[in-house]
Amino acid sequence: MSVTKTTKILRSLFAAALLCGPALAMAGLNMHRGVTVNSHDMYDLHMLVLWICVVAGIAVFGVIIYSLINHRKSKGVTPATFHESTTVEVIWTVIPFVILVSIAVPTTTSLLRYEDMSNTDIDIKATGWQWKWEYEYIGDKITDSNGVKFFSQLDKESNDARQLKSNVDVTKIDHYLLNVDNPLVVPVGKKVRILTTGKDVIHAWWVPELGVKRDAIPGFINESQFKVEQADWDKVQKDGEAIFRGQCAELCGKDHGFMPIVVKVVSEDKYKAWVSAQKSAAAASAVDSGKVWTKDELIKHGAEVYAKNCAACHQPGGEGMGPFPALKGSKIAKGPIAGHINIVVKGKPGTAMAPFGAMLNDADIAAVITYERNSWGNDMGDMAQPSQIKAAR
Amino acid sequence: MSDNHHHDHPTGIKRWLFTTNHKDIGTLYLWFSFIMLLIGGAFAMVIRAELMYPGMQIVDPNFFNMMTTMHGLVMVFGAIMPSTVGLANWCIPMMIGAPDMALPRMNNWSFWILPFAATMLVAPMFMGGHFMSGQGPAFGWTFYEPLSGQNDKLAFFVFAVHLLGISSIMGSINIIATILNMRAPGMTLMKMPMFVWTWLITAFLLIAVMPVLAGAVTMMLTDKYFGTSFFNAAGGGDPVLFQHVFWFFGHPEVYIMILPAFGIVSQIIPTFARKKLFGYASMVYATAAIAFLSFIVWAHHMFTVGMPVAGELYFTYATVMIAVPTAVKVFNWTATMWKGAMTFETPMLWAIAFVILFTIGGFTGLMLGVATSDFQYQDTYFVVAHFHYVLVTGALFAIIGAVYYWLPKWTGHMYDEKLSKLHFWMSTISVNVLFFPQHFLGLEGMPRRIPDYNPMFADWNFVSSIGGFVFGASQILFLFIVIKTIRGGAKATSQVWEGAEGLEWTVASPAPYHTFENPPAIK
Amino acid sequence: MAEQKYYLPQPSHWPLVGSVGLFTTTFGFAMALPSKSGDPIGSLAMMYIGMAILAYMLFGWFSTVIRESESGKYNAQVDMSFRMGMMWFIFSEVMFFAAFFGALFYARQLSVPWLAGADPGTNELLWKGFEKSWPLLSTPEMAVKPEAELTFAKAKDVIGAWGVPFYNTLILLTSGVTVTFAHWALKKQNRSALIFWLLATVVLGFLFVTLQAGEYGEAYKHLNLKLSSGIYGTTFFMLTGFHGLHVTIGATMLLIMLFRAIKGHFTPEHHFAFEAAAWYWHFVDVVWLGLFIFVYWL
Ligand code: HEA
Ligand code: HEA
Ligand code: HEC
Ligand code: CUA
Ligand SMILES: [Cu+2]
Repeated sequence: MSVTKTTKILRSLFAAALLCGPALAMAGLNMHRGVTVNSHDMYDLHMLVLWICVVAGIAVFGVIIYSLINHRKSKGVTPATFHESTTVEVIWTVIPFVILVSIAVPTTTSLLRYEDMSNTDIDIKATGWQWKWEYEYIGDKITDSNGVKFFSQLDKESNDARQLKSNVDVTKIDHYLLNVDNPLVVPVGKKVRILTTGKDVIHAWWVPELGVKRDAIPGFINESQFKVEQADWDKVQKDGEAIFRGQCAELCGKDHGFMPIVVKVVSEDKYKAWVSAQKSAAAASAVDSGKVWTKDELIKHGAEVYAKNCAACHQPGGEGMGPFPALKGSKIAKGPIAGHINIVVKGKPGTAMAPFGAMLNDADIAAVITYERNSWGNDMGDMAQPSQIKAAR
Repeated sequence: MSDNHHHDHPTGIKRWLFTTNHKDIGTLYLWFSFIMLLIGGAFAMVIRAELMYPGMQIVDPNFFNMMTTMHGLVMVFGAIMPSTVGLANWCIPMMIGAPDMALPRMNNWSFWILPFAATMLVAPMFMGGHFMSGQGPAFGWTFYEPLSGQNDKLAFFVFAVHLLGISSIMGSINIIATILNMRAPGMTLMKMPMFVWTWLITAFLLIAVMPVLAGAVTMMLTDKYFGTSFFNAAGGGDPVLFQHVFWFFGHPEVYIMILPAFGIVSQIIPTFARKKLFGYASMVYATAAIAFLSFIVWAHHMFTVGMPVAGELYFTYATVMIAVPTAVKVFNWTATMWKGAMTFETPMLWAIAFVILFTIGGFTGLMLGVATSDFQYQDTYFVVAHFHYVLVTGALFAIIGAVYYWLPKWTGHMYDEKLSKLHFWMSTISVNVLFFPQHFLGLEGMPRRIPDYNPMFADWNFVSSIGGFVFGASQILFLFIVIKTIRGGAKATSQVWEGAEGLEWTVASPAPYHTFENPPAIK
Repeated sequence: MAEQKYYLPQPSHWPLVGSVGLFTTTFGFAMALPSKSGDPIGSLAMMYIGMAILAYMLFGWFSTVIRESESGKYNAQVDMSFRMGMMWFIFSEVMFFAAFFGALFYARQLSVPWLAGADPGTNELLWKGFEKSWPLLSTPEMAVKPEAELTFAKAKDVIGAWGVPFYNTLILLTSGVTVTFAHWALKKQNRSALIFWLLATVVLGFLFVTLQAGEYGEAYKHLNLKLSSGIYGTTFFMLTGFHGLHVTIGATMLLIMLFRAIKGHFTPEHHFAFEAAAWYWHFVDVVWLGLFIFVYWL
């Protein structure tokens, strides 16, 4: 991509040194150059400023070390008496200033490029929840993906392994903590705009290789964009797809460390196929919510929903932990069912208890409530049907 | 004023509780901050132990967050800030030829609020059944809303910050009044030692920004308990407003921690280089420039928050400009050493390490200041590495250097030179093992504030943890050396160091309880 | 003679009493605030005990200082230290208000326009139907949620600038003049005039607070304008509330000066306490002007 003049000059200056950059990156010591214009810009600036600092460091530390070696009392020197020099002081004020201006120029061009949101091909809304991402396709000029919407959270294998004292050897797990159940899927060579927002607290959507990091702030929408270049993609793709991983990058509570982001960049054909598969799956799940369930079916399904959505806070045995109340013997779980439904559907504002009505369908919620009311000694014996949930929304 | 105030001060515990003597109060501050360093350091050891290997081994995630948060808070508000106030208390009156601080009773109060504030801060950690399920702050030392609003015991945190703020503001008012009003005749502003200058400016920063922090936590309090909506979009507020208010405090805060360190180093280096501080006037102006700039760069902590691009550009330009006055300082120290006649007693070692390692931290600061690449660095271990280089090998190293430098003056004894050199070398080597690899982790993509990570980060985390444990153990050695010096050791002369200049070196060691009952003569 | 140069106070237990008071008050208050555990009644008792300790400390500490001052222990240098202390304290108060003014400007210039605006879709996707206005009577939440689920109180109207707030402006400006008259009287050693003008200032101060309290009652009862009415109610009550608190403190300080004036304290050369209270009063005055312009008027 186009690099500004200043960068060019400095680059040739450090041409040899620059070659070290990618090598260091390979050794796990440096930033990766990534696969988008954003990430290239970031990397180039990073290397530019880094080398400026290295040179400045060599100069300053060189003088200090020379002085430490030669200007010591044990060598019998007598101290000089000078203690100011306007000329010198002006010079070493001006030089850093000039260097800084030379950094400011490429920074300006790259920032303007980064913030250019024009001509996007796909808009995706990414909502951060404690602790998962919700993706919704809202403006797609390639296929009609509008309305495709799903949650994406830490995959089960990592999740089991990351429990305290699980004793699982995590080095044996593929992409430990960097894998999700439902990755985000986008086509290669298209400009994707990510609209981030938060449901409960601030999260940040970060995928280093794509050069995107943007906060997801409750009540506000932030935008950022990326486009995976075909040429970069060709180098890393396998079977028409390339996978890029990232993590939530803003402290968002207990499981902040367990909120990865996975983006699958696929060929346009694959993308279209994926969209239509998503659409038919959504239609199928709507059917579930219409029917009447038996109690056993509810409890069985509820256990799965619970493990996936609730156990992180309320703990697998319902015993709660720290700020997260126990559901075992809880006043609400053993109280009138309407109250129980209410807190699960609407959540409790200002706490980590999210409105699960927005995340789970009627059947899931009915099931999890039934499960909670009939587990861990909460022998309530009653159950909730999807229709009750629908009415409570 | 006929009653002989200085002949009847109480003894025993009452001496410390009721004292109005700047040296006693300085001692209290220093011990308090040392204890806080150990507590904050112990929290850091928990962090490093959990991060030593991938996988969750020791603490659950909420507890881990609490450790991170409390570590940051205790170090910043409990260890670094009070220790420099302690140094100010001990040294400023002696350096400017004053009998004591300007407002001695208030001085006592500024200190004695601190232990109560610290109690308030840690109290919620012990609420909620057993220790592991404590409800202490687990929202980062930056306590961003709305995450902090989810904490059930938020009010304790808020009031702890209020108390800390009251203490800092009173302490700073006292320091300013002392410097401006209590100087011995002839001690003009431009004759003051650099340490006094840096504290004058630091105190101004503190008075300007601590109330803003108090405002921020007050807004948090009313948002949570009284229905206001400062940080709630549903009511027309904005969570990002919190960050603006916080960082308007927070950025000057980091200079509050480093300026006194600059002052210390500017005292130590000339002494052991046997040469006057190079560019005294430009040092003063640079300090003032840094302080001024610190008010207008705060949003460089918020580059990813979604500011308009004009804001990102402005904050980049303003931020990198701080490198100019800081460069002036670094060059001046270098020029002071240049063609000096240096010896390398322990304080000098810490000062030299400071100049080099702080500069490394400053370089990474410069890198962070460039918004485009900060998008990659933000909230990763690269930032953690940056601020530990400026805070630990910056502020903390200078403070340790200061302790060695003035300890003979305080106690009348020389410290154990061999042990103290051991302390220095152990610390300096291990601190780099501890924090340098964190640059790599950050660049590789490891976020901060996470209790567990992908195995690709395992090697450097292991190295870092080892460095951490050794560095921690070294500070126990420091504690030992200090106690040993208090209890005995070679007798120190008044001047202590061959090249030492300044009023504090004209009085006996240990310094008499009331230093200057009559104003000293200034050359 | 040289002994006369510096004044150093005796060791004192008041600071420690003050710390215990502060701690007890805030700890009690923190426990009393709603949380999942805690004991509001016992905690409130703790808070009141703390406040009593604080009052005791203030009374004791100030008595000591006044006694010392009246017995002529303080020389010009001590006086100067006190002055600097007060000036920088007022500066810190200015910065405290600055935080809240900052929040007000931020809300007006940035967050409300964003929530209502056409930027990347904040309004479109999250708060459809919310419109920008100031004073903001209906919150973004009201645009998207049914009445029954609202967490914010819907204000019917705001308090206009040209009623009580305007009179209050006149009252405070007048009180700034009367306190200056009192100062002149003090310097001219005209004690009865001093007492008269001080009394007038104190009366005006408390009159201000009373009128302000009346306005609050009006807002809560009839206008449904509350702390919980969204960002307008928030900034309105927090700014004017903190200001009102400061007026109360300032008026109380002046009241104490009044008592001291009646007891015959202060000399034309030596009346730092009076001046400190007067400075504080002017500061409160200036803050009000800011409030009047930015909260009520514009
Ligand atoms: C003592 C504390 C201290 C000091 C002195 C500094 C100094 C600086 N800091 Fe740092 N900073 C912190 C403490 C400090 N910082 C902390 C605690 C955080 C994290 C907060 C959190 O999120 O928890 C942070 C985070 C932080 C960020 C946010 C990162 C992020 O979250 O994304 C940024 C971004 O701009 C930044 C920049 C700078 C800069 C430009 C300086 C400059 O002042 C540095 C200037 C110095 C030099 C540049 C070196 C000397 C110069 C020369 C030898 C001349 C040659 C120079 C040239 C090449 C021109 N800092
Ligand atoms: C101001 C000063 C300061 C100081 C001095 C330190 C000192 C140390 N810090 Fe610092 N740190 C911060 C300020 C500071 N830190 C801040 C502001 C944060 C950000 C918090 C946040 O994200 O909100 C942070 C975050 C932070 C993290 C990132 C946590 C995370 O993101 O999850 C880590 C991780 O390694 C860390 C490590 C250390 C270590 C090992 C030390 C060591 O230097 C400590 C050494 C001292 C001792 C160890 C004490 C003496 C020893 C004992 C008490 C006995 C125990 C000893 C043994 C078992 C050997 N710190
Ligand atoms: C992000 C953490 C989190 C998750 C995930 C979570 N909860 Fe909660 N839950 C909470 C918190 C915190 C509360 C306490 C709210 C309060 O302060 O009253 C709570 C309260 C509850 C209560 C009321 C308990 C009581 O006695 O007060 C019920 C019932 C409940 N949750 C059910 C669920 C269900 C069902 C799920 C999953 C579908 C779930 N929760 C997932 C955090 C969570
Ligand atoms: Cu979500 Cu961190
Ligand atoms: Cu900063």
